[in-house]
Amino acid sequence: MAWETVIGLEVHIQLATQSKIFSTAPTAYGAEPNTQASAVDIALPGVLPVINGQVIRMATLFGLAIDADIAPKSVFARKHYFYPDLPKGYQISQFELPIVADGHLDIVLPDGTEKRVGITRAHLEEDAGKSLHEAFDRDTGIDLNRAGTPLVECVSEPDMRSAAEAVAYARKLHALVQYLGICDGNMQEGSFRVDANVSVRPGGSTEFGTRTETKNVNSFRFLEKAIEFEVERQIDVLESGGTIVQETRLYDPDADETRSMRSKEEAHDYRYFPDPDLLPVVIDEEFVAAARADLPELPDAKRERFMAEYALGREDAAALTNSRALANYFEATVAAVGGDAATHGKPAANWIMGDLSGALNREGLTIAQSPVSAEQLGGLIARVADNTISGKIGKDVFEALFKGEGESADAIIEAKGLKQITDSGEIEGFVDQVIADNPDQVEQYREGKTKVIGFLVGQVMKASKGKANPKEVNQMMAAKLAE
Amino acid sequence: MSDERSIRQLAGDLAAKKLSAVELTDHFLKRIAAHDERLNTLISHSESTARERAAAIDAGTDAGTPLAGVPIAHKDIFCTRGVRTSCGSRMLDNFVAPYDATVVERLAAAGTVSLGKTNMDEFAMGSSNETSFYGAVRNPWHTDYVPGGSSGGSAAAVAAGLVPAATGSDTGGSIRQPAAFCGVTGIKPTYGRVSRYGMIAFASSLDQGGCFARSAEDCAAVLQAMAGFDERDSTSVERAVPDYSAALDAQGDDFLKGMKVGLPKEYFAEGLDDASRQVINAAIAEFEARGAEIVEITLPHTDLAVSTYYVLAPAEASSNLARFDGVRYGYRCDNPVDLEDLYTRSRGEGFGREVQRRIMVGAYVLSAGYYDAYYLKAQKTRRLIARDFSDAFDKVDLIAAPVTQAPAFKLGEKLDDPVSMYLNDVYTLPASLAGLPGMSVPAGFVDGLPVGLQLLAPWFEESRLLGAAHAYQQSTDWHSKRPAGFE
Repeated sequence: MAWETVIGLEVHIQLATQSKIFSTAPTAYGAEPNTQASAVDIALPGVLPVINGQVIRMATLFGLAIDADIAPKSVFARKHYFYPDLPKGYQISQFELPIVADGHLDIVLPDGTEKRVGITRAHLEEDAGKSLHEAFDRDTGIDLNRAGTPLVECVSEPDMRSAAEAVAYARKLHALVQYLGICDGNMQEGSFRVDANVSVRPGGSTEFGTRTETKNVNSFRFLEKAIEFEVERQIDVLESGGTIVQETRLYDPDADETRSMRSKEEAHDYRYFPDPDLLPVVIDEEFVAAARADLPELPDAKRERFMAEYALGREDAAALTNSRALANYFEATVAAVGGDAATHGKPAANWIMGDLSGALNREGLTIAQSPVSAEQLGGLIARVADNTISGKIGKDVFEALFKGEGESADAIIEAKGLKQITDSGEIEGFVDQVIADNPDQVEQYREGKTKVIGFLVGQVMKASKGKANPKEVNQMMAAKLAE
Repeated sequence: MSDERSIRQLAGDLAAKKLSAVELTDHFLKRIAAHDERLNTLISHSESTARERAAAIDAGTDAGTPLAGVPIAHKDIFCTRGVRTSCGSRMLDNFVAPYDATVVERLAAAGTVSLGKTNMDEFAMGSSNETSFYGAVRNPWHTDYVPGGSSGGSAAAVAAGLVPAATGSDTGGSIRQPAAFCGVTGIKPTYGRVSRYGMIAFASSLDQGGCFARSAEDCAAVLQAMAGFDERDSTSVERAVPDYSAALDAQGDDFLKGMKVGLPKEYFAEGLDDASRQVINAAIAEFEARGAEIVEITLPHTDLAVSTYYVLAPAEASSNLARFDGVRYGYRCDNPVDLEDLYTRSRGEGFGREVQRRIMVGAYVLSAGYYDAYYLKAQKTRRLIARDFSDAFDKVDLIAAPVTQAPAFKLGEKLDDPVSMYLNDVYTLPASLAGLPGMSVPAGFVDGLPVGLQLLAPWFEESRLLGAAHAYQQSTDWHSKRPAGFE
């Protein structure tokens, strides 16, 4: 039987605020345990939460970016369960009235078609602390630094039909929140956490199968693998006559499998009710309008503009606009080249996605950490464009810039004497010498084996240490051989 | 005797150096030493820090503050830095707060000297002060009787003259009822008037800090220091606080003249003890004699208050008390075998029976399948009760009523009958549910036990409440009576 996969994703987006959602303690990652937990975070008797206004602004930006409704009134609710890293015995979240509802994200599928994924809701909540089991003999340590860190939980519709679609959606969301500057996107540190709700059903069926929720997926690659594993497991169970149990499963990247964590029978009754310590969040049109004015250009709009302004193909434009940092680097590079943006767009894209990306990957660096600045790269592209150096020499200059061997392309060209030889007298000298030194090849050419010209030109380039303008060498060689 | 002076007189004499803060503090510490073994009004004593603080005030540290050198006691629900804050519970018997509640901070900033922390029903759950882990408080008017609750320790301490004023908190009547039972003046301000930061939560949407003192005038002086917006409490209201004492001074003797005072007929119906009714009627006659216009009003949803309250308050309590889990502070059971055992025994052993009962009720009314029928329904009836009051205040300026159906009952009398205990709050719960300001003013005695007159005003009209009570206290002396043995 043909099975159809149905996937919905729940993504926890950690908001990049300075302080926590309900206290003034800082949110920085990696501090000594319990040094960033205030009286409110550890839930001392008598303390009260106070909402951090930044959080409301960020959630509003997010809602606008996914074309969702921003609730004029949303309500914080208490979600109760006992766990040592949950200091109050409840998590402050939003339940019946979330701040953001009914949005969507358009993704590009591997075959190039577009697909719209619905976003049911996105609500604000506080993170819990961490339980540390390793460092203590038979005991568990509690680190409450993370307790109270602001999160947006974004819940999609079950609109995705393959692991690849789920990854495309997650990547798009990941890029978007970084564009908005509301999340640092660091998946290893847990700033962007994806849970996958997966079910399968017979092809053509309109009813959903029983789903499982897979947690602990901290990279896109693992997301893809976890979903693929889970789909296969569910199909296996169903095809061998079994039934799927609604449960929470954990992905184990070492074993590349998902394992049962808890079943629905063990699920909590969270006893949600509106938090009486917090007033409803009221957002007026003025606030929304101000947030809208603050919205940066979003990835889709930027991609369209790059195609028009820089004469780029859809694929190049999409790749460059994947991250705001990369897009900014690209634009700064073209600006540094100077002149016509449409002319220099494609070479700049090639340099950035070719040599630069390769070098950065090799060194494990991000675009923000690039040793070659956009100004330096733009300067290099300008010298290739005006024939000061050839493309081939350009690659050498790029490597020199990457290694920090010079302040600019011009400085390196000057210092290493890489300036292209365009003086026809000088080129003629090299050509005559090569013709004189290679009588056999000249003879072959004149007998009609014209391909041998490539060898002769190569000899000229070699003799000029690559600096002779290849176009001029070609023309002159052809002319001389025809004499 | 120095404690016959009003708080304003004390503050004036202290500022004028006619009286030293050390002298005054010692006077009250001596009274505590002499009487509190019998009354049990204090859970924690701060003798040495009180003397140090008084000496510092005499040396000029708090010069210019309105209450410099005035002794006070805080209900043990308010966190006090460096002092045990038990909330009357074994759960917090070992808890020393690392910070001051806003109320404590503000009263200290106003120059008061804290003598200790007063006894209370465990987590403020009770109407007799008998649920305290530290034992019952005795009513100074008759020590076989309860002082009321939950702020029983504060009310009894003021009544016995152990301290001129004390803080309290009122969730369903926890200031007004003990004030009535102990014959002192108590005010519960409008919800949002006094910060809840640092006041250990029982039912967050109802809890409100207030105070006890001999007279309305004294309450005005203490409330002045407590009230006002606090950015650490999102439910506190950003609204200017009037000068209460100046308002009392300015109003003169004819404050009640022409004031429309409503008597809600539901509060005078069956259930009100006859002798208490006579005391209340006499008090109302005094209001009339001073020019008030008395009208009968109706608050038709009054009979829903007890059931509404006993759904909402336990619901919030079950949530607020979830943090007491034996993990970070407070009571932890011995040798837990696993996490479940740690939770179950720490909470089972740390909380008393009444607290556990309310947690169970609260968890039940919030659970899936019952939420709509109980919690949501109670929210709706709460709005009906509040609307009764806003309708009534369209017609009258003030509401007068009894605080309780009868004077104080005997220790142990209702301990095993929770429903009868809950019905004690039938006249105080509606105003709590509506968030209104209310007072209890001493109005007379029945068989030697005090009876309180309840006054209610529209939201944020504490000045009107205090003014009416003050005018009444100008021509009556019920508030200055002393229990025998505590003169």
